[in-house]
Amino acid sequence: MEHSRAELAVRARGVEMAFGETRALRGIDLDVPTGTVLGLLGPNGAGKTTAVRVLSTLLRPTAGEVEVAGIDVLREPAKVRERIGLIGQAAAVDEMLTGLENLTMFGRLHGMRKAAAKGRARELLTRFDLDDAADRIAKEYSGGMRRRLDIAAGIVVRPSVLFLDEPTTGLDPSSRLAVWEIVRELVADGTTVLLTTQYLDEADQLANDIVVIDHGTVIAHGTSDELKGQVGGGRVTITVEHAAQLDLLTGVVRAVAGAEPVVTAGELRVTAPFEGGARHLPELVRAIDDAGITLAGLELRPPTLDDVFVHLTGRSTEDADQEQGA
Amino acid sequence: MNRFFADTSVMAWRNLRRTLRLPEMVVFATIQPVMFVVLFRYVFGGAIDTGSTSYVNFLMAGIFVQTVAFGSFGTALGLVDDLQRGVVDRFRSLPMNHGAVVLGRIINDISINLISIIVMVIVGVIVGFRPTGSPLELLLGFGILVLVSFSFSWIGATIGLSLRTVEAVNSGGFLWMFPLTFVSSAFVPVDSMPGWLQGFAEYQPFTRMVDAVRALSLNQPAADHVIASVLWCLAIIAVFLPISMRQFRRAALRA
Ligand SMILES: Nc1ncnc2c1ncn2[C@@H]1O[C@H](COP(=O)(O)OP(=O)(O)OP(=O)(O)O)[C@@H](O)[C@H]1O
Ligand SMILES: [Mg+2]
Repeated sequence: MEHSRAELAVRARGVEMAFGETRALRGIDLDVPTGTVLGLLGPNGAGKTTAVRVLSTLLRPTAGEVEVAGIDVLREPAKVRERIGLIGQAAAVDEMLTGLENLTMFGRLHGMRKAAAKGRARELLTRFDLDDAADRIAKEYSGGMRRRLDIAAGIVVRPSVLFLDEPTTGLDPSSRLAVWEIVRELVADGTTVLLTTQYLDEADQLANDIVVIDHGTVIAHGTSDELKGQVGGGRVTITVEHAAQLDLLTGVVRAVAGAEPVVTAGELRVTAPFEGGARHLPELVRAIDDAGITLAGLELRPPTLDDVFVHLTGRSTEDADQEQGA
Repeated sequence: MNRFFADTSVMAWRNLRRTLRLPEMVVFATIQPVMFVVLFRYVFGGAIDTGSTSYVNFLMAGIFVQTVAFGSFGTALGLVDDLQRGVVDRFRSLPMNHGAVVLGRIINDISINLISIIVMVIVGVIVGFRPTGSPLELLLGFGILVLVSFSFSWIGATIGLSLRTVEAVNSGGFLWMFPLTFVSSAFVPVDSMPGWLQGFAEYQPFTRMVDAVRALSLNQPAADHVIASVLWCLAIIAVFLPISMRQFRRAALRA
């Protein structure tokens, strides 16, 4: 989809960022049309945080052009700061201040008067279900509460563009849902959102467009459906009881599915595209049985973004994480 | 400019709030000089010849200035802590004046220092300190301490923002203070040191600051020392304020 420059809340062209020898971003293009959500997806170390820091004026890129809310980030960072909200990867609220004090402080730092800042703080605490915790210090908050406070702090003055860096990493499922709900409400109010995530379902749930990055380059972009379309039909995932049978299973699956399976040895798991769908499942089970393989589990499911990632890079997102950790 | 003052007062308020909720910091910042007072007054004092001035009267000025100098450690630690927690990132993404982040912290540290000094005066009087300066001289002495506190805080800010981790600041951020405060007139008369040390001790800024506060507290001629101290403080600020602001930008970019 092509958008005119005026319709774009975020526009990045050829953004590069090097930290000494490390090239965290190697020429990234991003377009986020106003009022939409872009999901920036990638494993650990892909460059998500770096990209967010560049877009939100915290880092000066080594090369490239960046416009946010129609303003050149490199030339007028101060003006950009008036229009954005940043919610970083680590919850950056002051742990020793109460929820109310935190939000009042951020309002004041946005130039609001004391009474107005306090009023807005109360409003946000109510909206994010933190009323009861308003006068407790943030240190005593649960992870989910802290995250909600953190998000509230990023929208004290309603930003036209909001950056969320891994907003739900480390949260329990219900807190995750609460954050998703908040993001949806913000979008409904007209805020443009760029969020990064390692969770494929999160991008699937929230984002209009998804950009997949790996090693500092964009390896795919499109809507969730477009990306899934790229990898074809469903996926079959089979686990075995005994590691010794993994190779045998791989061979059987390759033959029946007619595609190269991905083997996750540590979990005794084989995954492969399975175009035929449920109708062809008996055939697969029979072949496995004939080979004398003891099944531990078998699942046929529609393609996920993880499959997209494997398709694009030949590695699963988990492998990419380990690579980064090494 | 208005914005700068508003942001600074918000940041100072924030840091003071934190300090009130973590009174341990203030308590520890005060216990250490109290131990120094007791140690020097009763353990070493008897062996140190300060001529016609009693040792405790000699000592207290050194304690006061050392206390505010050590206070700059809090500046280093506080800024680095914010940096590591990502709070500085958040501040930097706001349309606020970024210098206010550092200045707000320093105002907090000066406030802690003022409390420590008041405690030190009380402890001093208990162990025999009898200031003889006029009220005006004592007030001026207090003013010098505030100025010293302010200028040393910029050194603390520079060190913290250069080292960039709490661990590094904890293990190395205060080393520079030992030669500066001990090889000075703070605890012993400079002329009791070997000749090669006297040269350093006599002319380094800390000695002049201690001499100024001492002279003011004991009703001795103080003008030269006061002027020298003020000039030293201004020089320290002129050097370390811009460096610390540059390090702030750099550290924040790297965090
Ligand atoms: N300040 C820095 N100095 C040096 N290298 C850095 C710095 N920040 C990031 N990097 C490197 O740049 C690469 C991208 O890092 P970045 O933090 O952007 O990844 P990420 O996608 O956000 O990862 P994660 O999912 O772990 O948060 C990594 O190799 C990282 O080590
Ligand atoms: Mg990250």
